[in-house]
Amino acid sequence: MSDIIKVATRDSYARALCELGNEKKNMYVLDADLAGATKTGVFQKAFPERFVDCGIAEQNMMSIAAGLAACDNLVFASSFAMFAAGRAFEQVRNSICYPKLNVKIGATHAGISVGEDGASHQCCEDIAIMRTLPNMVIINPADDTEAFLATKAAAAFDGPTYLRFGRLAVPVIFGSDYKFEIGKGVVLEDGSDVTIIATGLMVCRALEAAELLKNEGISARVVNMATIKPLDVQIVLESAAKTGAIVTAEEHSIIGGLGSAVAEAVCEAGAGVPVVRVGVEDTFGKSGPAVALLDYYKLNAAGIAEKAKKAISLK
Amino acid sequence: MESSVKLELQKVANRIRRHVIEGTFCAKCGHPGGSLSAADMLAYLYFKEMRIDPKNPKWEDRDRFVLSKGHAAPALYGALALRGFFAEDEIKNLRQIGSMLQGHPSMRLIPGVDMSTGSLGQGFSTAAGMALSAKLNKKDYRVYAILGDGEIQEGQVWETAMFAPNKGLSNLTAIIDNNNLQIDGTVEEVNSPYPIAEKFAAFGWDTVEIDGHDFDQIEMAIEKAKASDKPMAVIMKTVKGKGVSYMEDVCGWHGKAPNADEYKTAVEELDAAYAELCK
Repeated sequence: MSDIIKVATRDSYARALCELGNEKKNMYVLDADLAGATKTGVFQKAFPERFVDCGIAEQNMMSIAAGLAACDNLVFASSFAMFAAGRAFEQVRNSICYPKLNVKIGATHAGISVGEDGASHQCCEDIAIMRTLPNMVIINPADDTEAFLATKAAAAFDGPTYLRFGRLAVPVIFGSDYKFEIGKGVVLEDGSDVTIIATGLMVCRALEAAELLKNEGISARVVNMATIKPLDVQIVLESAAKTGAIVTAEEHSIIGGLGSAVAEAVCEAGAGVPVVRVGVEDTFGKSGPAVALLDYYKLNAAGIAEKAKKAISLK
Repeated sequence: MESSVKLELQKVANRIRRHVIEGTFCAKCGHPGGSLSAADMLAYLYFKEMRIDPKNPKWEDRDRFVLSKGHAAPALYGALALRGFFAEDEIKNLRQIGSMLQGHPSMRLIPGVDMSTGSLGQGFSTAAGMALSAKLNKKDYRVYAILGDGEIQEGQVWETAMFAPNKGLSNLTAIIDNNNLQIDGTVEEVNSPYPIAEKFAAFGWDTVEIDGHDFDQIEMAIEKAKASDKPMAVIMKTVKGKGVSYMEDVCGWHGKAPNADEYKTAVEELDAAYAELCK
């Protein structure tokens, strides 16, 4: 396992921002005193004249981003997920989404894997609240490759986009031939007994869960759902039809995120298959090392495998 | 200011007020009080000051205007219609299903509206974002925002008040419509924002205090803003409901439409004042 390369998706975001900075002269990056942590500081170093530090004022930052975008600039605004989606929710709604302005929110430090900072900073509600906003696109990339491609795809797309990145270095699972398209799920492994639909850092863990299940004679399909809105309903229904049971896996509350989106799609289509959710079970987080916390909240291969068997039992 | 120019502006402001009454009466709702208090400033900005082209509302080098107190939309719509951004007849459709004239301004639907507003405090920040864009892209357009005196109780306003001077936004002018009334009472009773000019000055703004119904003073303030190397806060003393006798300085006319009798009285008063200006 020592040869596995690990990269935090916030670093991939910064790498993409710098490449975009060369390509798009009308691009500006805003931060709220977290440039070192969100990694927008890397862009700041390369393009100091196109970086604006708004200080610790996320609400102002989101509306400033809207004003810049209204003057035909491409704007990335970054903070921790807690403050980007939480503190500034209403600015994201009214200043950015309602007028459908071309602002990309680069939200880092999402989920439990923030680690030691604890519950106040572990945002497990951002997908849920961003998902309710008309015009908003939500992308939660799984690894370095996908985070880089997703950032570039977001820049090429005209409209509000919420990009969700992590603090924790996670295994690189996709090679240079990986193709990313907004709104498209990707089948990573085929299977017949159950489908694991995962997003973000849970994708790697879903692949591990499929291995555990295989050892028990269970064939699991694994789908990477990086784009949570608009949801790839087709791949959800195809998975439902093919395997008859679905498990969702996300580093987010089980309320309102990927699990909810998949359950809504399955129910509305009358697909009639069980959907069991792996996620943070309606509780706040706590301090601890990131990987230990993911295990504590059963956001791991064993946790997914257990819920997969539950889903199969409900068929 | 030349008397002929002033007379024209007075006529425009009167017609804006007439549209405020027409729009809110037809809609049977809306916000006449704070629309009437801002009418003179809107007349000055749209008919004397701003570099705009009604034929090309998205012109990239235009001056921008943000109605941060978005509930005063009827006055903005009146100014835009009179300036030729859309037909004056549209005002009758204010707030109706299918009409572009939303209860609060929408930049995606209404020609001439530079930013969607309505949630207090946010418009001011977006105006600063536009001013920042001009500075970063080396454009010479200016940005004006009108805020309510109650609106500045919002914390976000002071985030922007701190931001604008720090980023050198000398092209930004904030106009505070100080009519002294908000929904629940006078601004002092509810949560006093006073002293307003001193607060902005402490954040690094240039400030000027004027009578917001006096075009000479409005002109002086805007010229001072253009000459300043800092963002300018214009605190304009106004009368809520200005121009309609029974609405003047009455808190209850913040968010209520005139009934048929009240409409008739308001129209008679405004039309009489207009006839006087045309003599």
